[in-house]
Amino acid sequence: MIQHTETAVVCRGVKKVYGEGASSVQALRGVDLEVRSGELLMLVGPSGCGKTTLISVIAGILDPTGGECIVFGENLAAMPQSRRTAFRGKSIGFVFQAYNLLPALSAAENVAVPLLILGQRRAQALQRAQAALEKVGMGDRSHSRPSQLSGGQQQRVAIARALVHDPRLVVCDEPTSALDADTGQRVMSLLREVAIAPGRALVIVTHDSRTFHFADRIARMDDGHIESITDNAAEPASARHAP
Amino acid sequence: MNLVALKMLLGDKLKYIALVAGLAFAALLVTQQASIFTGYAKRTGAWIRDTGAADLWVMDPQLEFTEDRKPLLDTALSRVRGVDGVEWAVPLYKGWLRTRLPDGTLVTTRVIGLDDATLVGAPPEMIEGQLEDLRRDRTIFVHADQVGDALRLREPFAGEGPRPLRVGDVVSINDHQLEVAGVYRSTAEFFWDPLIFTTYSRALSIAPAERKQNSFVLVKVRPGEDVALVAERIGSSTGLVARTPEEFESVTMNFVLSKTGILINFGVTIVLGFVVGALAAGQTFYMFVLDHLRHYATIKAMGASTWMLIRMVALQVSVVATIGYGIGVGAAAAAGVLTRGTGLAFEMPWQVPVLGGFAILFCALAAGLLGLVRVLRVEPAVVFKG
Repeated sequence: MIQHTETAVVCRGVKKVYGEGASSVQALRGVDLEVRSGELLMLVGPSGCGKTTLISVIAGILDPTGGECIVFGENLAAMPQSRRTAFRGKSIGFVFQAYNLLPALSAAENVAVPLLILGQRRAQALQRAQAALEKVGMGDRSHSRPSQLSGGQQQRVAIARALVHDPRLVVCDEPTSALDADTGQRVMSLLREVAIAPGRALVIVTHDSRTFHFADRIARMDDGHIESITDNAAEPASARHAP
Repeated sequence: MNLVALKMLLGDKLKYIALVAGLAFAALLVTQQASIFTGYAKRTGAWIRDTGAADLWVMDPQLEFTEDRKPLLDTALSRVRGVDGVEWAVPLYKGWLRTRLPDGTLVTTRVIGLDDATLVGAPPEMIEGQLEDLRRDRTIFVHADQVGDALRLREPFAGEGPRPLRVGDVVSINDHQLEVAGVYRSTAEFFWDPLIFTTYSRALSIAPAERKQNSFVLVKVRPGEDVALVAERIGSSTGLVARTPEEFESVTMNFVLSKTGILINFGVTIVLGFVVGALAAGQTFYMFVLDHLRHYATIKAMGASTWMLIRMVALQVSVVATIGYGIGVGAAAAAGVLTRGTGLAFEMPWQVPVLGGFAILFCALAAGLLGLVRVLRVEPAVVFKG
């Protein structure tokens, strides 16, 4: 079992307000949260409670209105835009609800995109992409276009893309919501199997209660703040991860 | 990321084709219209170029173009001949006279009277007859393209139906009977009245009597003499103006462009080509960007820098611009080749494709900037929206 020793993400009093004046919406109302290295943390809660806004802030693609979010010792909001972008490219992997694969690229080319962004040569990037696809069981579909793959297969390609550059933090937004129950379970199982690594943290936003047992900890959100954090670690892993 | 940008572009076939087609259409419109304009502008000086041998054209200072008639005193010829640096000088008559064809059809014609001794300024190519035939009594040459057109016999004549004017036919110019002794071909002209060649003395004998009759003096400068200097000497000693053929061409072209609407007409079409191309390409590329905004946002979220996104968009626009430009200019050139011999003026000097290149660059920049602004403004957080 992976030891959760280092702190990957620390959020202190994070607030986010969209809009101004009377029409403004307070999405985060002072969130305090810690994500540890080597753990899978799930952010759960009803729609509109601020889960997606919180992972956007954690991933450095949204600026908080107040408070701070330290990711591996770096305050992303305080960084210049160019450094923050570079940090994101190097240290963060993304898995999206709608996969967001580029339709014109093959599975391998899609997986290679983060490496190409980091400036790696194409041949080398494709080689690593192929290895990442093997890892998620999609090695034989590396030449397929997204339109030729099922939803579950596309999400596996997206997982390979999120991990190919060996990021320290992986953020997943509703990775199973577009999938049927069985495929969702398999995708979560795969995420746990291939994404959890020493020094890497996984934050998954979901409201799919059937996948909660894959988490090490569950942070429940409501109305822009964390209501409670449940530690699943007390339960035996084998019992928790059984579908 | 260049390959990713290209695959994004080529993957959306419909928009890719629409973009290339829009830019190709703009390139075609701009280069074809500019080529036709250049062709017409160049045709204004065709007669000067065909006249050939002279280094200088001496004319009245008030003369504004080739078709202007401001004749010189007969003494002008001998005064020019007396200027230092002049190798030889010959007179040239150009006037507008009524010509009655054998069937009675009346046509306004331009009559050129060539120096009787040298025939300097003769047509560049004889199709029928020989240059020496002009030395025979009461003879003229007519243009090969005009015998079946403006000089066509429209009414039945001597037992024959309508037919082209031909060698041996007798026409009446200002009530003087003259025989067609030859048919020539020359460079297509901007001006349309049929051009009839005869000798200088014959032209004067058939033209209405005037105090001044000589239209131009053609001058050959002595070898080793500076043409500009000799022109200056002619000007100061005769009060006339001596122009090189290029200068005279330029004066004629400027006059025609300033006095007719062709510059504005072609200019408007060319500008419309710019605008239509820019709008079509801009709108299509903007639609392409909108359709792919989520993908740009994904790439942005995954760490693509602003510079990388600019390069991607620039590459996409450059590719469609280059292909569109190639197709457009190629189509314009092909149209030029296909319409050769139809009478359509078409000249594509290197400046025209360069102009087309700038036009397409402008269209591509407009398209690229519209799309780029949208790409740079997209909030990467949209990637988390389902």
